[in-house]
This record gives sequence, structure tokens and C-alpha cells, in this order.
Amino acid sequence: MHSQSLKISARHVNVHYDKTHAIKDVSAEILSNSVTAFIGPSGCGKSTFLRCLNRMNDTIDSCQVTGDILLDGEDIYDPKVDPVQLRAKVGMVFQKPNPFPKSIYDNVAYGPRIHGLAQGKSDLDEIVKQALRRAAIWDEVKDRLSAPGTGLSGGQQQRICIARAIATAPAVLLMDEPCSALDPIATAQIEELIDELRQNYAVVIVTHSMHQAARISQKTAFFHMGTMVEFGDTEKIFTNPTDPRTESYITGRIG
Amino acid sequence: MTDLKTDKSLYATTAHSKRRSAAEKRFHRLGLAAILIGLCMLGILMTTIVTKGSGAFQQSFATLDIDLLEAKLDKTGNRDPEDLKKVTTFGYAPLIKAAVEQVVETHRIETGLKSKDMAAIISKSAAAQMRYRVLDDPSLIGTTAEFKFLTNSWIDGYLKGRVTRETIGNNKNVSVEQLDFVDRLVGLGIVEKSFNMQFIFGADASDQRPEDAGIGVAMVGSLAMMCVVLLLALPIGVAASVYLEEFAPKNRLTDIIAVNIANLAAVPSIVFGILGLAIFINTLHFPQSAPLVGGLVLTLMTLPTIIISTRAALEAVPPSIRSAALALGASKMQTTFHHVLPLAAPGILTGTILGLAQALGETAPLLLIGMIGYVATNMPETVTQGLLSPNSAMPAQIYEWAKRADPAFYERAWGGIIILLIFLITMNIIAVTLRRRFERRW
Amino acid sequence: MMIYPRPLLVKSGVAPVAVNLFSNCKTNQPGFRARNQVEKINIGFLMLAAGLAVLTTVGIVVSMLFETMNFFSMHSGRDFFFGLSWAPNFHGNSALSILPLLWGTLYISFVALLVAVPLGLFSAIYLSEYASSLTRSMAKPLLEVLAGIPTIVYGLFALVTFGPFLKDMFGPEGFFALGWMNDARSVATAGIVMGIMLIPFVSSLSDDIINAVPQSLRDGSFGLGATRSETIKHVVLPAALPGIVGAILLAASRAIGETMIVVLGAGAIARFTGNPLEALTTVTTRIVSQLTGDGDFNSPETLVAFALGLTLFVLTLGLNIFALYYVRKYREQYE
Repeated sequence: MHSQSLKISARHVNVHYDKTHAIKDVSAEILSNSVTAFIGPSGCGKSTFLRCLNRMNDTIDSCQVTGDILLDGEDIYDPKVDPVQLRAKVGMVFQKPNPFPKSIYDNVAYGPRIHGLAQGKSDLDEIVKQALRRAAIWDEVKDRLSAPGTGLSGGQQQRICIARAIATAPAVLLMDEPCSALDPIATAQIEELIDELRQNYAVVIVTHSMHQAARISQKTAFFHMGTMVEFGDTEKIFTNPTDPRTESYITGRIG
Repeated sequence: MTDLKTDKSLYATTAHSKRRSAAEKRFHRLGLAAILIGLCMLGILMTTIVTKGSGAFQQSFATLDIDLLEAKLDKTGNRDPEDLKKVTTFGYAPLIKAAVEQVVETHRIETGLKSKDMAAIISKSAAAQMRYRVLDDPSLIGTTAEFKFLTNSWIDGYLKGRVTRETIGNNKNVSVEQLDFVDRLVGLGIVEKSFNMQFIFGADASDQRPEDAGIGVAMVGSLAMMCVVLLLALPIGVAASVYLEEFAPKNRLTDIIAVNIANLAAVPSIVFGILGLAIFINTLHFPQSAPLVGGLVLTLMTLPTIIISTRAALEAVPPSIRSAALALGASKMQTTFHHVLPLAAPGILTGTILGLAQALGETAPLLLIGMIGYVATNMPETVTQGLLSPNSAMPAQIYEWAKRADPAFYERAWGGIIILLIFLITMNIIAVTLRRRFERRW
Repeated sequence: MMIYPRPLLVKSGVAPVAVNLFSNCKTNQPGFRARNQVEKINIGFLMLAAGLAVLTTVGIVVSMLFETMNFFSMHSGRDFFFGLSWAPNFHGNSALSILPLLWGTLYISFVALLVAVPLGLFSAIYLSEYASSLTRSMAKPLLEVLAGIPTIVYGLFALVTFGPFLKDMFGPEGFFALGWMNDARSVATAGIVMGIMLIPFVSSLSDDIINAVPQSLRDGSFGLGATRSETIKHVVLPAALPGIVGAILLAASRAIGETMIVVLGAGAIARFTGNPLEALTTVTTRIVSQLTGDGDFNSPETLVAFALGLTLFVLTLGLNIFALYYVRKYREQYE
């Protein structure tokens, strides 16, 4: 196991959409080689905060982010930072599997191609192969790399999307409810995969399911109405929460 | 495998990242340029229309006192209308010449022009204008009456700046001396520009008299056609849509009808003209050039548009309304006519108005059924005449003027376009307002 | 029993039904439902109205087919389809081949698409991917005004303004003194003006189609660090391609059937020329000139217009069916 170090540190982050104050003064620290889970009821801001970490909110016009978010000590909202470079370092996997209408190979090769990571065809082949291996889907698709990615099952599609994110060699992987559109068996496979990914990446996962958070994460943050109520070791949050709201949520009284 | 990781700083730019952001900027600019070119074209088009067409609404007139000599106009002296009619416009022309000579004499204008050439600055329509007025009121004979005549199109063009001393060079229709003469008359207030009612309400004129041509009669022709289209296309279109949307079983036949309608909407308009010519004129022997036939052709052309928008409006009415009415014991027919149609009415009207606007601007099919050119010289007097006697339509009239290849007629064509566009813009504004005001979100 | 003439307006359709409901009480025979009887007849009328659309198509085909057969009984089909020259002669013995006309039609349509497709497509991309909602709400309706302007206006613009402008540039006494252009009417004159007319046609259809590409695909691409243009080029456009091809086919069918712009802007010379600055003529232009002339109606010179019309109809219908099929297929993919 690699040693853990500070990967992302967010300080006093506020997010406004038009007139709504979506994120209220949230601070958090994300460690490398660990899984951090964001939990909370719908609309609590956990996805919004996740999308701040790779500046995906930039694509929404009315969204305003204030505060500092540092990746390896560098402010990602600095005007000098190109969000495009940032997103190569902070990969993202979405709620619904969204493979491009291209072949499996082209899906995974997409990131390395646009970022110019491969030196030639064989290098690219190797990157794609490694990414598919790490996403634990190589064996299932190695014989049909030129088949369209949209033809796979939901769980396979999601693993292709994970492979696609891994292929750009990110340091952090953001996952926005990656299992919510999947059946229980596919969910188990993805969870297992996330646990393996921890060896190489800092993984941040937004999840609806407290059980999932308890199973796969080392750190858990509980969000409620735009504030981060509690952030700490997963074990502590689930067994001995300090805030009464956290307790109500994990015991099923709110949310 | 950690060697794959890009451990560069976020602030670092590489040749590759610079190239990418340059490509991004280029692409963004390309899109912006495309939009701007499109909007620029719209601007150029509109400016051209307004600058070239506004001249048609102004016209130069010459005000002259004419001695209506009895010796010329009523030799018998008995004011018998039959005898008066025998005097043709040729009998009146010399009076204009005399009046112009009179002006030259009283104001001591020095000019080398012969009196024939001086009188030529007046429109050829002047004699007819005098004759009509005298026939209307024979008591004028023997008196001196004031007439406001159109000047001919070259003089009019000169006063509007379309014709200049340099451009007329070897022109046989107008000479530099005539322009000098006109300058004097303008100085004396005899020739002046004023608003041109004749253009808005008048009829087309022969290609010898562009100054006399108006779009009014063609406008009535267009109006008659629009009435036909509205009276036929709206009920048939609504009936067809109601059937397809509410009653038709979902089977292959209905599907074929729907696809057929969609395809019919994209058939070139000229094909509908051929259909009209072959069926209404050659087979059913309807009169040529009649607005009724034009209306029928445009009805067939507009019907698919109206059906498509009506079906969309019906589709937007939520099924819960239908279920509610049916549950109260209304029949399907009653449900449709009492509940669904009233709710869909604004959408249907919007679609119909847009369909009418499309029909109003259509030219090609009208050419084939003979609604072209110099076919009507007077306003129709009755509704039947309006529908059945030969007439043109606004766009066809504009085409006719464009074809005559005379700058004076081009000016009228652009002027006609201004009027046509005013109609279209009004219709579109009504449609948009209707949609805004009655738009429902379920 | 009363049949109301047409369900013209909502109100007039209602009253007679109500009257018939009352008369139902009087007849009062078991098994007799006046309402049902009336409604059967009403449905009959509604069906008739729906059938009129089909009837129109049949009318178009039959009327043109009839006269076309008439034409082929007087004129050789071989000359029409495979001849190389168009030279109608009212003393008979005309050469009436469609090929030079088709060449003109296709060439001008090609020029029009060359203008309309890049401008329309890039406008659509800009409006749907880059523009702020304010810009979009202003620019989109303004651009669509171009589609609402009657074609006669474009025709006059081509004839009086744009053609002479081109000639001032490329004519013998023109700006560049090149002498490439002898007549203001040319392929470029008609084609470019028609292209302007088609810009909103391409842009609205493409805009709809681009907007139908799911946002999740864009997010996926942005999430991997792609720029907007990379996302558009590599993800959005490939996904939207079938729909865009359909839109272009529809625009092509529009261009082929367009009449007034070519009547006024393209000229009347039937020939095979590749020079875009020379005059050419088209199928629609010849239909107008053959049917508005003073010729004897039963001469091949007049009847050829019907054969041309039928060809035009088949050509545009084919393109439309193909295009609608394409667009529909595309829509289903993302529903």
C-alpha cells in the first residue's frame, strides 16, 4: 500500500447558481490512495461540490464558485489554469454510463488522443490495454475492441467509462453515483473495482447508498442543505457520528 | 504504471496545450463568423429593399393649368356624352403642349427645346387622365382647370437621383436640355415630389408608363386568394388533423397518409402550379388567371403545413382532458369538438397564419396558371369579379416588373416588396403574439 | 337527420350534435343511437379531408403522367433522357433533352449548398454550443427571418443587386478587369443567393438535431479534458451525423425545386459548362418558360414541361423520403 498524502484541499468553497446558494462554506481534504465518499439526501450539494473539483461547473453559465481548491498545492481556479489540463488530471465518471457512439477502442483512446499522450499506434494500443485491464474489463472485451461501446451491458459500459477516465492518467478519479443505473451484480463488480483503483488514485465518490459508502470508503463526508455537516473516517461517521443530523440520516430518519 | 501520470504543474503550458487552445479559439471564431455572415446578409438584404424601394412611394408631379378648349373637345357643342367619347386621347394631347408653352411664356423660361419635347416630360398617361376627368364632368369644357400630372419616369428618376446627366449619354428618351428645363420648373414649384397613392392603390401600367404603375389591384388579387385559402385550407386541414390525431386507427394506411403529408409539404411549389394548370384549367376549364384558381392551388400547397402544425397542437393537449370528458359520457366526437379543439385553437391559428404567410409570398405556381403580368387594369367591382376575372398577385406583379428590365420598374418591384413584407411581418407578429399569449404549459 | 356541413369552427360543429341529441329522445327506438349515426357521417367527412392529401399526391402524379405520356407519343424518349441539347423550336423538330437542364439544376444547387451548409452548420454549432442564452434568443429568430422572406425577393436581389455586383468584380470592365463574366446572371449569382436563403433552413434543422444529442455525452467528453471544439468535432457531430445528413438532403431538395431565384438569376442558356460565372438554365426555369409562352398546348415544346415536372417531382420526393427516413431513424436512437 502506498503512503497517503494530501491530494486536494478545498477551503471555504461557496457555489451560487443565479440566486440559489448551493454550497455553503465547505472545506475538505482529499487524500491520495484512498476512497472518499460524499453522502447525503438528494439536492444536498454533494454532486455540485464534486463537480467543483474538476471545474465541470464551468460549463454552466450561471454557476459561480468562490473559495480555494488546491490540487497538489496549486489553485485549480487560478486564471492561469486551463480547465482542460485540470480535467486530464482529475478524471470523472458519471451517473449514467455514457460511452460515446464509437468503438470500445476509440472510447478509451479518446482521452490519450486529445491530450497527445501516446507516441504512435503501439503506444496507444498499450495505454488502451492497460486502462481496460485496470478497469477490470479487458478480458470481456479484448476480442471485440472495434465493436461499438453502446452495445455492451450497463455494468460493462460503466467500466468502459472508468477505463476511459483512467486512460488519461489522472491522479484523482471523481465518480458521481456510478452505480445508480446498474443492477446489484454490476454494482458489486464496480465496487470491487473501486477498491482496487484506490491503489493508484485518489477516488472521490458521490453515493446515494450509505451501505456503499460504508463498504468502499475510508473517509466519508455528510452533506445536508449545502453545508458539509461532518467529515471524517468512515468508521467513525457510521458508528459514532458527532452531529445529530448525521445520526438522523444514517439511522434513516431524514433523507 | 505510475510513470504514465502527468506530474506536470497545472500552470505549465506545452506546445501541445497551446495548439489545442488555439484550435479552440479558431473554432469558436468560425462559428461566430458564420452567424455574423448570416446576419450581415439579412442586413444587406433589408437595406437594399428599403433604399431601393422607398422611392416607389414618392413620385414627381407637374401641376399645369389646362385650357379645355371646346373647339378641340366638343366640336358640336352639345356636350353629348357619345360625341365626347369619340374624342380620343390624341385629341387631348395638344392641350398639354399648349399649357406647357403657356408656362414657358409666362415665366420667360429660355430653352432650346421644341414644344413637343417640353411636353414629353409629362407622363403618357396625362391625356387619358384628362379625358376621364372631362367625361366625368363635361361642364369643365371651355374652362381652365388645374391638373396634377405624373412626370415621365426619366424625369422622376432624375429628381430622385436615379438618372443623372452623366448616365443619360445617348439615351433617346430624355435629353440634358429637358433636365435643365425640369430644373427651372422645380424652381417655379410647378414640378414637385409628393406621396404616391397611385402606387399603393393603382393598377399595373404598360411598359411605356412605369410612373403610372401601382400594386393595388394585385394586392386585391392576393387578398382574394388568401380568402379562398383560409376558407378551404383551415376547415379541411383541421378536419384532416382531427381525424389523423383523434380517430384514425393506428395502422399502415394512417401511417402512409402521415408520411404522404410530410412529403407533400416538401414538394416544390412549382409542381403545384403544374397540377393546377393540368387539373383546374385544362381539365375542369376554370378561367385562366383567376384568383379563385390561384387560391385553390395555394390551398393544396398550404394544406400539409396546416395539417402538420394542427396535429402538433392537438398532440399537445394532454390525454387527461380527453379521459375526463369521456368519463362524463361525452362521445369521442363531442370530446374532440367541445374540449380538445378549443384548447388547441391558438396553436391551430398560429399554424394557419404562418401557412397563409407562406402562400402570400409564393410566386412560381401562380405564373403557370396565368396570374402574371399586365392582366388587370381596374379594381374588381364585385366579389365574383374579384374571384373570377383575371388578376395578378403581389409577388407575381413584382416578378413582372422585374422582368421588364427597366430601372423605373425595378424601383416599383422593390417598393412592391416593401408592401409585401409589411403584410408578412404583420402576419408573423400576430402569430407570435397569439402563441405567446395563449401558450399553455401542461 | 341533419349533417352539419363542415366542422369548420368549434362552435358550429357543436350545435347540430346537440340538436341531434334531442331528436334522439323522440325516436327512442331500441338499438337506434342517433348520436352514433351522426358521428359516423362526421367521421366520414373527417376521413375525406385526410384523404385529400393523398388525393393531391395522386392528382399530381396522374395529371403529370398523363401529359408526360402525351409528350412521349410526340417526342422520342431517347432524346429526352439521353440527348445532349436543349433547343426548343416552335416550328417543330426541337431538341428537348433534360440532361443540360439537370446539369444546371444540380450545379446551382451544389453552389447553394456550398454556401448554406458550412454557414448553416457553423451557425447551429455556435448557437447551440457557444452562444449565451441572450445571444441565442436574439440571433436565432433574426436568422430565421431569412427563411420567411419570399423567394421572389431573393430573385430580384440576385437579378438587380448581386448579379451586377459580381459582374462589377469579375466582368470585362470590372474591379479586377478579368473579363470572366459577361452576364450578370450566372450559376454563382443564383447559387450564392439561394445559399443565403437556405442558411436558416440548414441551421434550424441542425440546431434541433445537435440539441437532441444527450448532454451526458458532452459531459463525458468535457470530463476527460476535451475542449469544446474537440467535443463538438469528435463526439457531438459524429453522433448527430445521420440527422445532419438528413437536413442537408432536405436542403438539397429545396434547392433543386427552387424556381424564382433561378428564373431571375441563373439565365436561360442550356449547356454543359463548369464555369460558375457563366449563365446556365435549370429544370424549373424551363418549366416556367415552356408553360408561360404562347406555344400551342399540344405541341411537344409545351408538353415537355410536364415531363420535366414529373422528373422534378420524383427527384425531390426521393430525396425527401430518404431524408425523413434518416432523420426519423436518428431521432429514435436518442429517444
